[in-house]
Amino acid sequence: MLKAENKIFSNLYGEKDWRLKGAMARGTWNNTKELLLKGKDFILEEVKKSGLRGRGGAGFPTGLKLSFMPKNIEHKPHYLVVNADESEPGTCKDREILRNDPHLLIEGCLLSSFAISAKACYIYIRGEYYNESSNLQQAINEAYENGLIGKNACKSGWDFDLYLHRGAGAYICGEETALLESLEGKKGQPRLKPPFPAAVGLYGCPTTVNNVETIAVIPTIIRRGSSWFADIGRPKNTGTKIFCISGHVNSPCNVEEEMGIPLKELIEKHAGGVRGGWENLLAVIPGGASVPLIPKSICDNVLMDFDSLQEVQSGLGTAAVIVMDKSTDIIEAISRLSHFYMHESCGQCTPCREGTGWLYRMMTKMIKGDLLSPEVDKLLSVTKQVEGHTICALGDAAAWPIQGLLRHFREDVEKRIIEHNKIKEVA
Amino acid sequence: MPTIIINDEKIEFKEGMNVLQACELAGIEIPRFCYHDRLSIAGNCRMCLVEMENSPKPIASCAMPATDGMKIKTNSKIVKDARHGVMEFLLINHPLDCPICDQGGECDLQDQAMYYGFDKSSYKENKRAVNNKYMGPLISTIMTRCIHCTRCVRFSTEIAGVDDLGLLGRGEKAEITTYLEKAMNSELSGNVIDLCPVGALTNKPYEFQARPWELKKTETIDVFDAVGSNIRVDSIGKKVLRVLPRINEDINEEWINDKTRFAIDGLQKQRLDKCYIKENERFQETSWKKALDRIILQINKTSSKNIMTLSGKLSDVETIFSTKMLFDNIGSNNYECRIDNVRIEPKARVSYTFNTGIARIEESDLILLIGTNPRWEASILNARIRKSYLNNNTRVALIGNKKDLTYDYEYLGNSLKILEDILNEKNDFSLLMKESKKPMIILGEAALARQDGNCVLNVCRKMCEKFSIVDKNWNGFNFLNSSISKIGALDIGFYNESFSADVQKNIDKFCSNKESVVFLLGVDEIDMDIFQNSFVVYIGHHGDRGAHRADVILPAPAYTEKDSLYVNLEGRILQAHQCHAPLGDAKEEWKIMKMLGDMLGANMKFKNLHELRELICLSNELFREINVLHKNKFSTFGISGEIIESPIVDVINNFYMTDPISRSSKTMAECTSDILKLNKDALIPND
Repeated sequence: MLKAENKIFSNLYGEKDWRLKGAMARGTWNNTKELLLKGKDFILEEVKKSGLRGRGGAGFPTGLKLSFMPKNIEHKPHYLVVNADESEPGTCKDREILRNDPHLLIEGCLLSSFAISAKACYIYIRGEYYNESSNLQQAINEAYENGLIGKNACKSGWDFDLYLHRGAGAYICGEETALLESLEGKKGQPRLKPPFPAAVGLYGCPTTVNNVETIAVIPTIIRRGSSWFADIGRPKNTGTKIFCISGHVNSPCNVEEEMGIPLKELIEKHAGGVRGGWENLLAVIPGGASVPLIPKSICDNVLMDFDSLQEVQSGLGTAAVIVMDKSTDIIEAISRLSHFYMHESCGQCTPCREGTGWLYRMMTKMIKGDLLSPEVDKLLSVTKQVEGHTICALGDAAAWPIQGLLRHFREDVEKRIIEHNKIKEVA
Repeated sequence: MPTIIINDEKIEFKEGMNVLQACELAGIEIPRFCYHDRLSIAGNCRMCLVEMENSPKPIASCAMPATDGMKIKTNSKIVKDARHGVMEFLLINHPLDCPICDQGGECDLQDQAMYYGFDKSSYKENKRAVNNKYMGPLISTIMTRCIHCTRCVRFSTEIAGVDDLGLLGRGEKAEITTYLEKAMNSELSGNVIDLCPVGALTNKPYEFQARPWELKKTETIDVFDAVGSNIRVDSIGKKVLRVLPRINEDINEEWINDKTRFAIDGLQKQRLDKCYIKENERFQETSWKKALDRIILQINKTSSKNIMTLSGKLSDVETIFSTKMLFDNIGSNNYECRIDNVRIEPKARVSYTFNTGIARIEESDLILLIGTNPRWEASILNARIRKSYLNNNTRVALIGNKKDLTYDYEYLGNSLKILEDILNEKNDFSLLMKESKKPMIILGEAALARQDGNCVLNVCRKMCEKFSIVDKNWNGFNFLNSSISKIGALDIGFYNESFSADVQKNIDKFCSNKESVVFLLGVDEIDMDIFQNSFVVYIGHHGDRGAHRADVILPAPAYTEKDSLYVNLEGRILQAHQCHAPLGDAKEEWKIMKMLGDMLGANMKFKNLHELRELICLSNELFREINVLHKNKFSTFGISGEIIESPIVDVINNFYMTDPISRSSKTMAECTSDILKLNKDALIPND
């Protein structure tokens, strides 16, 4: 279990002052100038050594991502874009950072922007996060007023501007290139890759897009040293992570824990256990709506980190743990997710546009069992037709929950079909 | 050259190609819907997925740049499954109404479903239906068929330069629309019909008229403007049903304008298909013999000095040449093609052609438009200017009436006096001219159809000399002609030197106060009152103003009904082919001239078209080569004098109706009322 002194987000629950004064009392903005003066390479190296992996879902090594940016500013400016469009169902970790510890993020923006030679940083915040954007904007204003950012930020000689942009609440705008399109004022549709944002990003300039949590932990990593961060968790899955535990638990919560904590321990220690006891557990979606669920048998032993969950054909995603007990109609639950993906598909590329609707319609029928057994195979093959054939990862995200369902609950699905057909025959 | 390995075969490719193009080099066809080599890459149909080594997912070959040593597989199971999958997705919400779809038989979706799809669908849910959108009188929409490739949207924003089309909504509810359901405000709108890979956007006037396999397809040349777009005319019997573009990279790439495409219904209306003689102010149908006898009688009554002929907008080279031969034979040199009073100087070919060439507009970095509206006078050429503006950062400036040209330009004013200022470096634009590496001047008819036309030419020539607009490899002096007949006529020498000072006035003078015989070769755009005392013979195909005034009407075929040569604004010789026999009793003009000549005892030295063309080539060697751009030697032209301070008056005030055929077209009339009048602010020049 994570020791209190190792927690990065010490005001996760908003019990303390979120403003500059409070943040400074917690150590934020402490000797930022010295950190900056250690140089770009130092920061990049520390982030690399810390083993930090992106907290937005894909788990790409952050140090590597930052190092994809051109070393020096050539013809075009560099940009850092912070993805605060937290829309993954079940996820609410960035929200806590944005409203309770915004200065941590702002300091992270400064340090990371400096590391990639970006003079400007944009935070794209989800439109629904009204209060959060208000807090963040106030925090940005405070930082400007106190010379922490702006011209000669922290008296380091580095000019840095930070802008907050509110989105309009489309899930797809959380995809990094769709986010850039939206930020540019266009329709939020993902771009083709290559070129990757590090080469051609915002306004055609080199850009790095990172999640709020990723950026917010960077100051602490630099301050306390990469080895401190790397010692927490498991190799290749280092550091601390905010887990969002929701669903059929006694006390749903957000909690910062070390990576690789056993799922059972996470739920029992922090969320008061599964409703009706561990034995009443049916399945868990361990990383937000986009990852396949895992049944109780796997939940018993699985560790909560990128690699462990990948081994059981799921993923850490955003670490939004959605717990479902035995009262859940698992088919209906997954079909609700299918509806979400149908609704949020941007309509740009064929497999996702046409496939998500088809999946949802078949799932709706499956709730009642109103289809034939071979159609279950067809459903699976439709998910395979969508997966990997789309421009962005939304297609994959729509396919995976259904694949997870059929992987672990196929018997229940078949049983329901047989029962339904029996009733039909009788009628 | 870098190499790529496609299906274990090494292929060399050019830098900058994408994987799809490299596969084509290897002779492998990659199915695609959204990809089009003249539009930006969307990569959204996902039909062109191929397998790339070291990539966990198949990649969209249209969007992936080919790199040296890349390994691609197009025949693996992954690729096959991906194509099957995408094809199935495209078809689940497609109505599959091919039997009643106009695109049936020439549909990309139909063809590719045959090659790459399943044999049956396993989709058992309800299909999506989409409301049709109004897109004007030219484009018919059946939006349920749309597969969201966005080719039409990309065409309209990139090439046509109007933001009238877009994709609204998202996911399954995404729809292509004109937002407010109005007609697309572009002269190139019809091209989206060709671009649409399915039957969502179809040709409205052609709707339910024919099936593609029933049509006779003839490759020919468009005559509605002087660009000479390469077209394919599809006809059944003696009816032209539709016009499609043919690819000619030097001229129209693969676009045509809406007049070219849709004015053809005018070919069925107001046609002259019999000979007529006017008796007691009424036209009486008559035979060829009687009509010709009547003309001969009149000619014999008149001195040859009092016989004149004028050529019209659509006259081909054969017509003009044979007419000139007849006139030369009977001892009259009263022939003229400059009836619009544009002060062209026939002696210097360089002064009346588009010397840079349409394709090389793309190289220019500075274009000065003088008294022209290229959007209306040569829409295809305007699309090239826009292309250059987008890809080459070309700066454009305009002297004339302000209008929306689909690209930004610097407006210098509406007075030709500005030219003198530029020449004398009193205008800031002179500096740009000096610094430019490949500057262009595009001089419109409106700038020369004035008293001081020759002085304007003179100033322009001086500018060419001063700012080195013309050098060994670059000729930036261009005259933008708007009728296809003019340059051919000038090349043949169909003009009268003594008229040059003021053609209109001199023709007027010629006709007044004496009994003359006037041959009008499809001339309708002239004040008919000047022929009060004349005996008028109208040779043409439409009952327009000229025919109305005529004393004898001789029917001639329209451009789709004869083999002929045309010279486009660049001075390129283009060959048009007959799509079907002439209507009624109509005879080609050169046959008429031959008959008249024989009756008058003139020495008409040809018996058939072949011999006639040989004579044309002998008279001017340029005619020997088809579709070749000749370099014209830069020489002295223009007359020094002062330019008069007066505003420029545009030559076209309705794009859709510029000649007898388009004036007879119902479709063009609809365009005039639905597109022009509604978009008055945007299109009609104003200030």
